[in-house]
Amino acid sequence: MNLDDLYRRVIMDHYKNPRNRGSFEDDALKIELNNPTCGDRITLQLKVEDGIVKDARYSGEGCSISMSSASMMTEAVKGKTVAQSLELANRFSDLMKGETVDFEDYEDIEALSGVNKFPARIKCATLAWNALRKGIDEEQQHQ
Amino acid sequence: MISSTIREQFPILNQDINGHPLVYLDNAATSQKPRQVIEAVKSYYEWDNANVHRGVHTLGSRATDAYEGAREKLARFINARSTKEIIFTRGTTTALNMVASSYGAANVGEGDEIVLTLMEHHSNLIPWQQLAKRTGATLKYIPLQQDGNITLADAEATITDRTKIVAIAYVSNVMGVTHPVKELAEIAHRHGAVIVVDGAQSTPHMKVDVQDLDCDFYTLSGHKMCAPTGIGALYGKKALLEAMEPVEFGGEMIDDVGLYESTWKELPWKFEGGTPIIAGAVGLGAAVDFLQEIGMEAIHQHEKQLAAYAEQRLAEIDGLNVFGPRGRGVGVVTFNLGDVHPHDVATVLDAQGIAIRAGHHCCQPLMRWLQVSSTARASFYLYNTEQDVDRLVSALIKTKEYFADELG
Repeated sequence: MNLDDLYRRVIMDHYKNPRNRGSFEDDALKIELNNPTCGDRITLQLKVEDGIVKDARYSGEGCSISMSSASMMTEAVKGKTVAQSLELANRFSDLMKGETVDFEDYEDIEALSGVNKFPARIKCATLAWNALRKGIDEEQQHQ
Repeated sequence: MISSTIREQFPILNQDINGHPLVYLDNAATSQKPRQVIEAVKSYYEWDNANVHRGVHTLGSRATDAYEGAREKLARFINARSTKEIIFTRGTTTALNMVASSYGAANVGEGDEIVLTLMEHHSNLIPWQQLAKRTGATLKYIPLQQDGNITLADAEATITDRTKIVAIAYVSNVMGVTHPVKELAEIAHRHGAVIVVDGAQSTPHMKVDVQDLDCDFYTLSGHKMCAPTGIGALYGKKALLEAMEPVEFGGEMIDDVGLYESTWKELPWKFEGGTPIIAGAVGLGAAVDFLQEIGMEAIHQHEKQLAAYAEQRLAEIDGLNVFGPRGRGVGVVTFNLGDVHPHDVATVLDAQGIAIRAGHHCCQPLMRWLQVSSTARASFYLYNTEQDVDRLVSALIKTKEYFADELG
């Protein structure tokens, strides 16, 4: 077991210097999700216009893996269409299953590939992505 | 202290995890099982297995003797007056839910009060929350001191003549606090209330005497005291249990069944509908034998000394914050390591062969009170040693250095 597989430098950079952390003041779509087994919680906000994720922010409490994953996810989906965002979420699921996945347009995420060797931590990495799916779901139901 | 040779009786402890000898410090979650218990369950299945209380055949008698023998052992272990007062359950959670849904439903009404502390495990909180919702009763919480202890003065102020139930853990699974159950029982009784004690964290680690405590209900889990998972018990004073309705109906628990009316067996069987957890009870009986051979006082002292040693050694780590009182009487030490999240601490310790718990420990209200989202917890049992504490401390120092580098 090599800890450096898990705690890659880029992950710790996102943990220490989170991107898109915070909240929108207006009534942007808001998703709250907990990880009831460990107490991690995330609040994700999405601004979706014309089928495009214009902006995303998150806040919450959690470990380095869950928070850095949220930071990366929000960076990755900004400017993407809803369909592209969902596709990214699916690719992320595959990555957590140990499959080789290419994140050519956002390679930081690949740094999380080491998480699949730490089964107890996969749920940390997927929390933000599950919030994203839930948000897109809600957005689509509103339409 | 208990000799470290006791470890040889726990096969699971003799292995490497991630290239390091296992140090198991998650005993408040569940304990490991000695060979004696594993063998008792194995032997039951290989020689005595049958359903209880029915067959005329030899195996049926043997299984019944083994099952009822375990009840006798447990009754003596916690000093119940009679085996009628010992009901086997799936564990503490089931036992607490039984009291809430049977005793609670019959005795708690609108405007009545149920008194708890906010450090209760979710299993000694939610059943009462649900009962309060169903009946219109009010939940009240005895306030906590800075170190997690409660005072009897606060208990006196919280418990009133409207209080019907006081439900409290004997030992907290997070704070390393032992509550003054005997004194609380006296206060509760003076107001005509009953006291329900969550004994999940006390029964494995200290001598428990339900008559001396004068508690009305006492609950325990086998798996935290060297027995298998899926077995536990509810102790209740006979008069209270006799007046209570069964919670589950079906086979095993009936006296006579008609088309429109049925009657129940006597105690304790009226609360044990369906085929019981026979092998689990056999394992619990073997665990009681095992613990009594060592002696509950010896176990308590051993863990107290380990906790004192851990408190002293952990204080050497800059930035490490231990929750709960100093000089704790039990082997539960909860802490946070500076800014490093408890999950990250637990992962880095696991890489060094050390198993601890990270999370909210099924105590979300307590986490909010401590103003943390989660904590790390090391919890000891009779097979842990000072060397285990040393391994924990040096691994924590490495963890700190690792994250200082990564975060630096």
